[in-house]
Amino acid sequence: MADSTTNFSQKQASLEKKTRIGESLIHVVLFACALCSIFTTVGIVVILASQSALFFADPQVTLLGFFTSFEWQPSIGKFGILPLLNATLLTSFIAVVFATPFAILVAIFLSEFTKPRIKAIIKPILEVLAGIPSVVYGYFAVGTVTPVLQRVFGSDTVEFYNTASAGIVIGILILPILITMIDDSLTSVPNNLREASFGLGATRLQTSFGVVIPGSFSGIAAAFILGFSRAIGETMIVALAAGAGSALTWNPFRGAETMTGYIVRISGGDISYNSIDYNSIFAIGLVLFLATLGLNIISRRIVKKYQWNV
Amino acid sequence: MKSIIQIKNFNFFYGESQALHDVTLDFNENQISALIGPSGCGKTTLLRCINRMNDLIDDTRSEGNITIHEKNIYLAEVDPVEVRRKVGMVFQKPNPFPKTIWDNIVWGAKINGYTGNLEELVESTLTRTALWDEVKDKLHTNALFLSGGQQQRLCIARAIAIKPDVILMDEPTSALDPVATARIESLITELKKRYSIVIVTHNMQQAGRISDCTSFLLNGVVVEHGRTKEIFLNPKEKKTEEYISGEFG
Ligand SMILES: Nc1ncnc2c1ncn2[C@@H]1O[C@H](COP(=O)(O)OP(=O)(O)OP(=O)(O)O)[C@@H](O)[C@H]1O
Ligand SMILES: [Mg+2]
Repeated sequence: MADSTTNFSQKQASLEKKTRIGESLIHVVLFACALCSIFTTVGIVVILASQSALFFADPQVTLLGFFTSFEWQPSIGKFGILPLLNATLLTSFIAVVFATPFAILVAIFLSEFTKPRIKAIIKPILEVLAGIPSVVYGYFAVGTVTPVLQRVFGSDTVEFYNTASAGIVIGILILPILITMIDDSLTSVPNNLREASFGLGATRLQTSFGVVIPGSFSGIAAAFILGFSRAIGETMIVALAAGAGSALTWNPFRGAETMTGYIVRISGGDISYNSIDYNSIFAIGLVLFLATLGLNIISRRIVKKYQWNV
Repeated sequence: MKSIIQIKNFNFFYGESQALHDVTLDFNENQISALIGPSGCGKTTLLRCINRMNDLIDDTRSEGNITIHEKNIYLAEVDPVEVRRKVGMVFQKPNPFPKTIWDNIVWGAKINGYTGNLEELVESTLTRTALWDEVKDKLHTNALFLSGGQQQRLCIARAIAIKPDVILMDEPTSALDPVATARIESLITELKKRYSIVIVTHNMQQAGRISDCTSFLLNGVVVEHGRTKEIFLNPKEKKTEEYISGEFG
């Protein structure tokens, strides 16, 4: 009897909380890391917002004018973001339109036509492609793509700095991420749909285009949007290839400075702190930040909402 | 009674492991042939060999041959795609395409080169699968909104829209309730007037109710094959009797 009582109390003791120093330490370190990344993000937003506020506080600038006027000439006090925004949208649009069809084809090849073993070889190669510094792509645009465009369309039509060249090369830059995203979404199409299609006497190609692609339309749309958001933020390529100096044009063979291109040029130049030019890059940065954030959220929403429930 | 499918000395392998051993079977035209047997005995494997669906699985191989209408479908020059156009398939889990009801039926017909009147095709196949009255007002809504039983009837409609000679069905009612099951069973019985049907089922009553002949498989071997009545009333093999009476499986 007494024996069993001791036994019981011993067991109870073993249920008590213990302090595990290693565990707690790791907990604290990890929490600190998480806090760091949150603080960094908050810091970026705060600086973007406060410097932008300085910019908008300047009497030469109005919020309405910033978003609606057609000229960006800081030297003569004209601050309309539209030419820069237009150039950004133009290069990004060229990039996704150029890259998406190609990415879809590669993704179909990877997900529907290759054995897993071969796919395991090709995918890392794509990841290497994604690791090339974008300045290299920039020189590729200036040194290769632009001359080719000039040869094909004539050097009278194609200016040396032009948005087409930058757009195409941004397209190449975002290819790996597009391919990966589209491949993921094709792969997630349930196999029983493929079997249904093969069972009706469809070929692999018919199955890919008739069943798998329509079945992952949302994933492709999400990839398109995310690719667009990446393209908007791309900097080195446009800085090198799209030209300096804002221009409001839809002609892809003319030069036009993008938002990121302008930011690079100003921040790299010898403009003094707290000048209006300097502050303007924060306002533009804020617009970029909000645009990419919005697009990323939309893209994630689409992926989540239309996921296959298997 | 004319024989339509002959399986001769057929072996099938997933990699190193053999799933079918020397299977020899005959299925007749305009009959319903049932494949029964415990889980893992190779029913699905055998069914999928009849339209060369297993070609799609990596690292599989087969020996022996299967002839349909006197044509050996395992000859090297035979295109599996063409085989599947003659031998349709209905799966265990209803798997309509995430397209409209209309497109579900029309898509397969189109890729098979159907050039006739599409409205006629949709109406006649849906009528034959007893689905027309239920869906005629929503042909252009997504098929995924249909109930499970309706989806399965749509899958059958989709299969017959390409006018195959044979329809393979792998436990077509296992995901359905008794009412939907009864509808599908009467549909299958109706369909045998025009098609030859091979059906896998775990449901002994179902096999007894609808099939003309039955094959009992065990561990990839055909234990017994014959008229359903005889198999159910006077099985020759002890194993068959035990399985049918529910002593194992
Ligand atoms: N894709 C595959 N790869 C490897 N082995 C497989 C594959 N599919 C089936 N098998 C094996 O082949 C054997 C027969 O399987 P099969 O699916 O034909 O059985 P079944 O009779 O249809 O069973 P159930 O009644 O459970 O559906 C099993 O041992 C199974 O493990
Ligand atoms: Mg099975």
